[in-house]
Amino acid sequence: MSAVLVIEQVLNGLQAGVMLFLMAAGLTLIFGVMGLINLAHGSLYMVGAFAAAAVSAATGSFLLGLVSALAAAALAGAVVEMLVIRRLYASDHLDQVLATFALILIFSEGTRWLYGSFPLYLDIPAWLSGPTRLPGGILYPTYRLALIAVGLVVALGLWVLIERTRLGIRIRAGENDREMIAALGVDISRLYTLIFALGAALAGLAGALVGAIQSVQVGMGEPVLILAFVVIVIGGIGSIRGAFVGALLVGLTDTLGGIFLPELFKFFTDPATAQSVGASLASMSIYILMSLVLIWRPTGLFGARA
Amino acid sequence: MIPERFLNALLLGGLLGVALLADWRDEPFTITLATRATILAIAATGLNLALGLGGLVSLGHAVFFGLGGYAMGILAFHAQTYAPVELGPLAIEGTTSMPLIWVTAIAVSSLAALVIGLLSLRTSGVYFIMITLAFGQMFFYFAVSWSAYGGEDGLSIYVRNGFPGLNTLDPIQFFSLCFVLLCLVLVLWSRLARSPFGLALNAARQVPARVETVGLDPKRLKLAAFVLSGAITGLAGALFADLNRFVSPSMFSWQLSGELIVLVILGGVARLCGPVAGAMLFVALEHWLGGLTEFWHVWLGAILLLIVLFAKGGLVGLLSGRPASHD
Repeated sequence: MSAVLVIEQVLNGLQAGVMLFLMAAGLTLIFGVMGLINLAHGSLYMVGAFAAAAVSAATGSFLLGLVSALAAAALAGAVVEMLVIRRLYASDHLDQVLATFALILIFSEGTRWLYGSFPLYLDIPAWLSGPTRLPGGILYPTYRLALIAVGLVVALGLWVLIERTRLGIRIRAGENDREMIAALGVDISRLYTLIFALGAALAGLAGALVGAIQSVQVGMGEPVLILAFVVIVIGGIGSIRGAFVGALLVGLTDTLGGIFLPELFKFFTDPATAQSVGASLASMSIYILMSLVLIWRPTGLFGARA
Repeated sequence: MIPERFLNALLLGGLLGVALLADWRDEPFTITLATRATILAIAATGLNLALGLGGLVSLGHAVFFGLGGYAMGILAFHAQTYAPVELGPLAIEGTTSMPLIWVTAIAVSSLAALVIGLLSLRTSGVYFIMITLAFGQMFFYFAVSWSAYGGEDGLSIYVRNGFPGLNTLDPIQFFSLCFVLLCLVLVLWSRLARSPFGLALNAARQVPARVETVGLDPKRLKLAAFVLSGAITGLAGALFADLNRFVSPSMFSWQLSGELIVLVILGGVARLCGPVAGAMLFVALEHWLGGLTEFWHVWLGAILLLIVLFAKGGLVGLLSGRPASHD
């Protein structure tokens, strides 16, 4: 166990965390403003990844792929919002869970229909591949550093958008009192479509960025979706700041737990048992973290309302 | 419009009829489908207790289904290898007797429901949905990494467990066993729904504050409902494992929790035979659409969407024409 390994794992955890934040930010916005649980957010992540893989394979340009991921996911989000989601705002959570579960089925099987069951590949562009030498002589993949940077920039951008712009004021007002801002002349249903498309675009971006280090396949969205739910529940539903803190906590716990828990158990038992007990505890660790947070604070770290 | 009581008889009679007809025409596969629908209906009736009467949207009921399945898998596995289950100082013999397995499955899943319920009921609304989902994932990953019982690959049991006086390997006999259990569970459900406990639970779902003012504890009512609900779903899990003679972590998966909710809503929330109608429709769709196209989930999704958007009260609500009894 060396310092280099620890730093590498912390960076991996950060990278996983900021990508989770992209997913969680959209989810938490959509829940905070519209009061909607969107299980189909993982499908938008998948749409982004497939769009990026298809376009960059056709054009050879990774950046074009990213742009099309953003556009495809935002478009899919806007269409779904106008056709289905809009009718669910007034329903109870049960109907929302069921309807968005149905959307997952449609998106997943539809994509399988179009692209088949085999994974697609999205290549990292040449100018981002290979390692970068960090201060202290640690070699770390450039692409993963870029992911961390993109995640942090998007987080900053979201903060500016919500705290410093007119649209952000409307979003925050919509969170507090939708009748009042409708009465003040804001077109509330356009605002909702816009927020949904924004959340979808962030999910699509995350899908495309992560798709380049994993494979692009049907069903890739659901594990991330569940992690993103864990994140927003830990952070407090509706809070962007909570989503950021929660995402980093979950990313770091997941990554570091997988490495250090088996090591920790080696102090108590023989290596084989330590490996298996440690590995199973590690895969459960974020859910244990989440239940501990909820038992301690039933509305999450930054959540205000139940 | 058909009265709900008559519709219930029609549904159960239809299920029994399909199985008997299939037995007469010697189509064991159809009997297996009917058995599958029966077992899923038991699981969903369990969920309907928490979801319909208690208003607890649990996205983690696969935990109990899976625990029931693993209770069967582990006991039968140890009976196969003649090695007792070591639980610290205790050593329990494996068994292939269904009643014993059912008792174990019910005990284990109610205990789990008690612990999960105690922790989860501190939260409400979306947080409750999410924390039950998280518990489901916890069990899923535990089962995946528990290599002693097959880990990710699951555990096969070569011979279906026995029930005194029955040949459980005969499809129609195993179906009858499951069908009788379904009827018993439905009787229990309807008794509970009309009992003082059920009425208080109903009230606790609608206006917890008023229930509190008459001196009842809404949380305890909901906890009791959650434990009963888990126990029933656990029993269904043990039966399901026996039907397939196979258990795997997929019994703990969140998709299964989602499917159980789908069954309840498809049929009609808080309606006695809602889960039966839902399970029958689901298995029929799975078989029929699955035969038409490999991508039947697309159509299932579309049907679900239409039901949520346009047919409140599910199938039973649609046919009986009575507005949903819940809320």
